Amino acid sequence: MAGLKENLIIEFQDLEEIIYLLQNVSEYDLSGYSKSSLKRRVERFLQVQNMDIVDLKNTIINVKDFQHYFIQELVVNVTEMFRDPHFYVSLKKNVIPYLKTYPQIRLWSAGSSTGEEAYSTAIVLNESEILERSFIYGTDISPRALDIARKGVYPLSKIKSYTENYLQTQPTSDFSSHYTAMYDAAIINKEYRNKVLFSTHNLVTDNAFNEFQLIMCRNVMIYFDKELQRRVLNLFYDSLSLFGFLCLGSKESLYAHDIKNNFKVIDKQYNIYQKIK
Amino acid sequence: MQLASNIILIGGSAGSYTLIAELLEQLPSYFDTAICIVLHRNRQYDTQIEKSLSRKLKKNIVSAFDKLDICKNHVYFAPAGYHLLIEPDFTFSIDSSEHINYSRPSIDVLFETAAQIYKEKCTAFLLSGANTDGAKGLRIIEEFGGRIIIQDPEVAPIRTMPLAGKRETLNPEIWTDSKIVSYFNTLN
Repeated sequence: MAGLKENLIIEFQDLEEIIYLLQNVSEYDLSGYSKSSLKRRVERFLQVQNMDIVDLKNTIINVKDFQHYFIQELVVNVTEMFRDPHFYVSLKKNVIPYLKTYPQIRLWSAGSSTGEEAYSTAIVLNESEILERSFIYGTDISPRALDIARKGVYPLSKIKSYTENYLQTQPTSDFSSHYTAMYDAAIINKEYRNKVLFSTHNLVTDNAFNEFQLIMCRNVMIYFDKELQRRVLNLFYDSLSLFGFLCLGSKESLYAHDIKNNFKVIDKQYNIYQKIK
Repeated sequence: MQLASNIILIGGSAGSYTLIAELLEQLPSYFDTAICIVLHRNRQYDTQIEKSLSRKLKKNIVSAFDKLDICKNHVYFAPAGYHLLIEPDFTFSIDSSEHINYSRPSIDVLFETAAQIYKEKCTAFLLSGANTDGAKGLRIIEEFGGRIIIQDPEVAPIRTMPLAGKRETLNPEIWTDSKIVSYFNTLN
């Protein structure tokens, strides 16, 4: 790309300094993030902004509120509706029948990003006829992602692949019945938007805020190192009711963590667990 | 299981699968390195390649996952739908950030992160493919002192990727299929 420095690579030491500076000037603590992944994000940021590492350090220290913008650009906000469709099939088969036994159901989509996963879940709850008594909390570290999530408006260009995903979830309705298309965008139906509350929550520093029957946190902990993963898993454990469910991403598992002893494996392939003690 | 101090990387896309299957078949029963492969494929087919190769060849051929130690005598495939990265503590991490060169997993991402961790103990192969993923990664491996080998574009089923690799790097070794296979056959 013209004008961009190609293959800009920074040292791990520089990354440590960036992390340290951010800790000093803000509430953001990136010290528990996977280093190579985070370093690539910083390099990408520098490339897009046409900055070098010295500029970045100066800006973090001297420019007010820069850290909020920086953090939004660093965290990965890539998501989609019904990602891993077979996960939703398993959810319907193995989890929903259990949730149906509760008079009120609280769910937490942790690291909800721009909201696609929370809305996908709301659609599944509606198909299972328990949306009425359910409520979903969507939380993320990025206020900008949450703004998009609250609006529930997604580019029409993405709806095709979302529809393909949806068709693999053994749906009982048409995907098009869950949104309204206008010009080049689709807005998720109000019945779903009313059932999700989006707010900021930082998994690194914040604590439990409610008790849930189901927590989903898919493809979030892959960005954390083992120590931070342990903290977050403890937070989820504390936030789950007994016999509540924890859903992780398809390449994440509890297997390396002691807390697995407090959970029963419900679906090994799609990493669904139930808190049993 | 022991952590590997040397790593061999293989990046391939369209037209590379047959060669990858053949060179894995030729591996000795024990080798002192870790082999790590990014093969562009449809996310729907997930882990079937690793499973069938592992069954057929009776070797440690697995789909890499988050925080897995990178060990000797193992072959790792990047999981479909994720970038595969190498961390300073010689473990894998995975990442579902944007596609690079329309690809996830991207060969560039693995090559670039491996280069900085394994430096001169990194050997990379770039094989047949219809896009330019992997070329920049090869250059970074070269800059960090690793060894880079490109499948001869004249024999590659689709030569776009090997050609891009040649263009982007200074001194790549250009190997025929039989030379590549015999390299893996004589690994120790």
